[in-house]
Amino acid sequence: MNRRWIDLISRAFTALTGLACATLVLAVAMILGHVAYHGWAGLSWKFLTTAPRNGMTEGGIFPAIFGTVFLVVLMTVAVVPLGVSTAIYLREYAHADSRWVQAVRMAIQNLAGVPAIVFGLFGLGFFIEFVGKGIDAAFFGGKLYFGQPAILWAALTLALLTLPTVVVSTEEALRVVPRGHREVAYSLGATRWQMVRRVVLPQAVDGILTGTILAVSRGVGEVAPILFTGAAFYLPFLPTRLNQQFMVMNYHVYVLATQSPDIDATLPLLYSTVLVLLLLTLTLNSAAIVIRSRLRRRMKGSK
Amino acid sequence: MPVPTEDVFRIEDLRIRAGKKELLKGISLSLRRNEILSAIGPSGSGKTTFLRCLNRLTDLEEGLTIEGRVLFKGKNIFDPETDAIELRRKVGMVFAVPMPLPMSIRDNLMLPLRLQSNSLEEDADGRIETCLRAAFLWDEVKDRLSLAATSLSGGQQQRLCLARSLMVRPDVLLLDEPCSGLDPISTAKIEEALQGLKKVMSVVLVTNNVKQASRTSDRTAFLLMGELVELGETGQIFTNPRDSRTGDYVSGRFG
Ligand SMILES: Nc1ncnc2c1ncn2[C@@H]1O[C@H](COP(=O)(O)OP(=O)(O)OP(=O)(O)O)[C@@H](O)[C@H]1O
Ligand SMILES: [Mg+2]
Repeated sequence: MNRRWIDLISRAFTALTGLACATLVLAVAMILGHVAYHGWAGLSWKFLTTAPRNGMTEGGIFPAIFGTVFLVVLMTVAVVPLGVSTAIYLREYAHADSRWVQAVRMAIQNLAGVPAIVFGLFGLGFFIEFVGKGIDAAFFGGKLYFGQPAILWAALTLALLTLPTVVVSTEEALRVVPRGHREVAYSLGATRWQMVRRVVLPQAVDGILTGTILAVSRGVGEVAPILFTGAAFYLPFLPTRLNQQFMVMNYHVYVLATQSPDIDATLPLLYSTVLVLLLLTLTLNSAAIVIRSRLRRRMKGSK
Repeated sequence: MPVPTEDVFRIEDLRIRAGKKELLKGISLSLRRNEILSAIGPSGSGKTTFLRCLNRLTDLEEGLTIEGRVLFKGKNIFDPETDAIELRRKVGMVFAVPMPLPMSIRDNLMLPLRLQSNSLEEDADGRIETCLRAAFLWDEVKDRLSLAATSLSGGQQQRLCLARSLMVRPDVLLLDEPCSGLDPISTAKIEEALQGLKKVMSVVLVTNNVKQASRTSDRTAFLLMGELVELGETGQIFTNPRDSRTGDYVSGRFG
């Protein structure tokens, strides 16, 4: 091949890869732009702080914001300790090539491949029908307390869905801690737990938080797992107990888009709701990123 | 006035195998109180393996078979009832590559104390100063203890690691080629530090630099292919070796 051809091909490649990136940026910009353009006008303090009214053709979305935040916080509280300890066990304690570890790994991989709707059905069958009803039978004489869709069960179902994300990113973070650092800890008289706690985990915080961010983003987005396990179409009150149902942003979007008696009246609300959902995800993510960089700085030690 | 030279370590016929391969082929020697014992030998002769045995870092490796006895203050460290954690607090180690942990200088030094939560040093700052002075690093870092340890130069990092291993007052210090990547000035400082340290502890210095062994140590052991070829006073090893292989090695004819 002569020189000019090689040049041409290499230039074409540069252009193609550039084009791919541009497409991506353009797509994101278009979605955001479209939503922002149509949703901006409807954004107001009132919209954020009041409940829907008049068959959801008027009013705000406060209960859905509240429900989303509550749900995601509960989910995070459940999934981070579980996921991090699973990863610690797999990486730091278990024998790397034991059958048991391989089985756990396989389970996590399969969990990651299960469609979201299946998690919803599983949550209904396991958490509500089995665990919830079991609790009711055992502690409440069969009266209905936990054997019904509730924010607790929805959060746990979401936690299960996002568990692989947290486990995998934590494991990856633990994996890259140099062997030499572990040996230093041992040579200074650390027990295995002290080694993990004092030397490995501080270096893995970054990866754990990244996993958490991913899990939260995914948790905010998924509707299917919470559909049968606790999300409500409309509620006249805010959930204050773990066994109550809740409204949530993404389901509210679905409801506004498909179940409204008056499409034209709902459309502006719909745009504004989507915009708020995007902003909320962004806020949760940035909060996690800020925490991460704080920790990073504190850990490295600085002036 | 003759001081009783009680042995800190007494190693009897130590053999280590990895599968069929023999890494150490029956080593017997003693480490005396307040001496610097250097171990020299060509690459792959088993120096690191030997050193890591003494604080049972070999536990971390799979598939090593260890035979023979290693008595630390009279007790076999491979006895099931010996606590490896306790042992490692008494037998400190500095690795070939400087290994500061990604935290501040102070936190690096505090770590050994924090690991022993039952005996939290009442005067940690004093202890830090003492150890940094012993490692000839104090003047260079005293104003910036909260700086990231990784921001130090390689030679400073290694001296920090030395200081860190001193924090819990070990009886023995194991050094695995501590100066292999360092400039002459840092090397000189570490060697000077070791001379001070030997007043209060015993030191095993593995080095690939025979000149360093001859400068620094009281006795020298020459290892070759997992075998202890010769052990003697450093002067004798370098001027009047009994084994011709020792002579060849220290005079640079092979290895
Ligand atoms: N865990 C292990 N499994 C198998 N072989 C090993 C293991 N550890 C060390 N060896 C082998 O044992 C021999 C001695 O290694 P060692 O690291 O003790 O040598 P060394 O004298 O420290 O060499 P150097 O001067 O290069 O550091 C080498 O051939 C090495 O490959
Ligand atoms: Mg070595």
